[in-house]
Amino acid sequence: MPTFEYAPAPESRAVVDIASSHGLFIGGEFVEATGGKPFKTVNPATEEVLSEVSEATADDVDAAVRAARSAYTRVWSRMSGADRGKYLYRIARILQERAREFAVLETLDNGKPIKESRDVDIPLVAAHFFYHAGWADKLGYAALGENPRPLGVVGQVIPWNFPLLMLAWKVAPALACGNTVVLKPAETTPLTALLFAEVCQQAELPPGVVNIVTGAGATGQAIVDHPGIDKLAFTGSTNVGKMIARSIAGTRKKATLELGGKGANIIFDDAPVDQAVEGIVNGIFFNQGHVCCAGSRILVQENVADEVVRRLKRRLTTLRVGDPMDKNTDVGAINSRAQLTRIEELTAAGAAEGAERWDSGCELPGTGFWFRPTVFTDVSQSHRIAQEEIFGPVVSVLTFRTPGEAVAKANNTPYGLSAGIWTEKGSRILWMADQLRAGVVWANTFNKFDPTSPFGGYKESGYGREGGRHGLEAYVKTGGDQ
Amino acid sequence: MSARVDVRKTYKLYIGGKFPRSESGRSYEVMAAPSGRRATPRFLANAAMGSRKDARDAVVAARKAQPGWAGATAYNRGQVLYRVAEVMEGRRAQLVQDVRDSEGLTPARAEAVVSAAIDRWVWYAGWSDKYAQVLGGLNPVAGPYFDISAPEPTGVVAVLAPQASSLLGLVSVVAPVVVSGNTCVVLASEDRPLPAIDLAECLATSDVPGGVVNVVTGRTAEVAPWLASHRDVNAIDLTGAAGADGVEWGDLELAAADNLKRVLRPGGSGTEAVEPDFEATPDLGRMTAFLETKTVWHPKGR
Repeated sequence: MPTFEYAPAPESRAVVDIASSHGLFIGGEFVEATGGKPFKTVNPATEEVLSEVSEATADDVDAAVRAARSAYTRVWSRMSGADRGKYLYRIARILQERAREFAVLETLDNGKPIKESRDVDIPLVAAHFFYHAGWADKLGYAALGENPRPLGVVGQVIPWNFPLLMLAWKVAPALACGNTVVLKPAETTPLTALLFAEVCQQAELPPGVVNIVTGAGATGQAIVDHPGIDKLAFTGSTNVGKMIARSIAGTRKKATLELGGKGANIIFDDAPVDQAVEGIVNGIFFNQGHVCCAGSRILVQENVADEVVRRLKRRLTTLRVGDPMDKNTDVGAINSRAQLTRIEELTAAGAAEGAERWDSGCELPGTGFWFRPTVFTDVSQSHRIAQEEIFGPVVSVLTFRTPGEAVAKANNTPYGLSAGIWTEKGSRILWMADQLRAGVVWANTFNKFDPTSPFGGYKESGYGREGGRHGLEAYVKTGGDQ
Repeated sequence: MSARVDVRKTYKLYIGGKFPRSESGRSYEVMAAPSGRRATPRFLANAAMGSRKDARDAVVAARKAQPGWAGATAYNRGQVLYRVAEVMEGRRAQLVQDVRDSEGLTPARAEAVVSAAIDRWVWYAGWSDKYAQVLGGLNPVAGPYFDISAPEPTGVVAVLAPQASSLLGLVSVVAPVVVSGNTCVVLASEDRPLPAIDLAECLATSDVPGGVVNVVTGRTAEVAPWLASHRDVNAIDLTGAAGADGVEWGDLELAAADNLKRVLRPGGSGTEAVEPDFEATPDLGRMTAFLETKTVWHPKGR
């Protein structure tokens, strides 16, 4: 097999200008925090400090909720849907205009390859706003129930794996339905959310409709606990999701929770092997495996298992791991030292429990947080690496003989977010899709996302859907609801 | 001529298609609701006082029945549920009597409530092969993919039946759960459990497979926490927390968070729980609360 050398093809970072420190975005302006401890956000590929970010205290969260309430009562809930929609269209257009700036900033702060932030994250962000803009004056046609009305102030807490995309998933439907928001980006990736605040200013979005407070768990908890919040939208771990569900028990706060997963990517013996291998790679090595719906368990039919694993390993040796700003990079940096530690701990447990560990052996940069694409074979269902979400570029291979066994193994998890099916047989795809307890099933493809397509989990992967007509349900009340 | 001595019924639980007594051996007195000028409460029956173990047996039965019920065609589920309404109509006299005794209604009012309950059941039965088209559909994604979303049942649902509306309310919470292929464990109204057992008899004598609906009678405050915390229950309807003695719905929701059950909160605002007006025409909310949306993608190509 010929080997290709790639000359470096770095994306320029000149397009971004990162301020050395950031305040909170409350009531349409950047304001100083009232005494939290500022924290640094680093480029995980270089460990370079990018900026210092404020920690919002409970008082700051209170100010943000009050700004959101005031904007809700005085402006946003009274505005026609058509006008709300026009603000969202403005935002979508500005995001498109500044797409490269956002892509570069996302890659610097998150560590994901520039080709992913440029070609996946940011275009989807703009698409989400564009899609939901059109809903704002059509909610009565969305089969949501009689007389759909906004809920009020929505608290939104989002993760670090798709920082701006998760913001879009949360903010666009909330605003389209007439709610105002207080959003907290993840503490390791706050910069694109703060840049989004500038987009709101450029769009002349009424002050207080979007408020952005930075911080870690305590700030998030302050949002969850604030009595002025009518609804919570959270994407993150199942453990934190359960804490939120407990926090709001017995209140009238609504919630949508988009949590963890341990998706099965199921390869039948009639699947075209090269396509399936590409699907496996896309399923688990996209975004360094920092994907809640990742295909982190491969279930491969026993008679083709050796061949699939052999070709998978060969493919992984061709992945380019390294500088996320290089346009040729396939796998970027692990988002934080803490996440790297978790991946190392779980993979060590996999080896200790008796699974066979293999990695691509690629060279890794000297600074930053990195993990080689890793494959575990001889994995049994009880192994931690088959049960727990690793959230990294690590895949566990299990085998099956019959479709029934594949279903049983795929469903043998408390999670239920995603699954993949690779086979040429159409009737088997549809039968399997019926049996799998997962909110998203990708057949002969994987990790596809679209604003029109509802996303969300079964069981302990959370509840509620984001995207599509279904996603609107979480942001309205109908009929006689109070 | 002396009056005939009537043959009275023993009211038992309904689990897995059978009518067992409580494994605990306990029963409790059910009294008629006060009506007219009668001063002393009138004894109606000794109902089974269901226990934690009964509730768990009921969950096992519901889980066992769920795949088959969800796997039946929507048309078949619709016919089976319509058959229940037919049987209810045939047992109208019994339903009217028990609703009248339980809720202290006039004969005319009890007739009207039973009619509404039967009609409600028919309304939901008709949804079986329609809600998927209303709630699901093709997603026009920006790429060469066929992408479709459809609702599926959540699984096993625990239902706290309304305390006051013992038949119309009961039907209004059970029918929307099972029409989509969920199975359920129903905790009957504590003080008015007899119409729930009547409904169980209708279910048992129609074509509803055993285990699809399971009815436990007893103390709500005793049994509900075991259902709320049960790890093999996927969702819980807390409607019947309103007016239930010693029940804080917030505590049940807290327990339900352990496995992220879908929770349908009781009506009302704040911590107060209010039983809804079941006379009003329902919307889809009681069905959608116990549905999951599954989205399936497939590439298009030559």
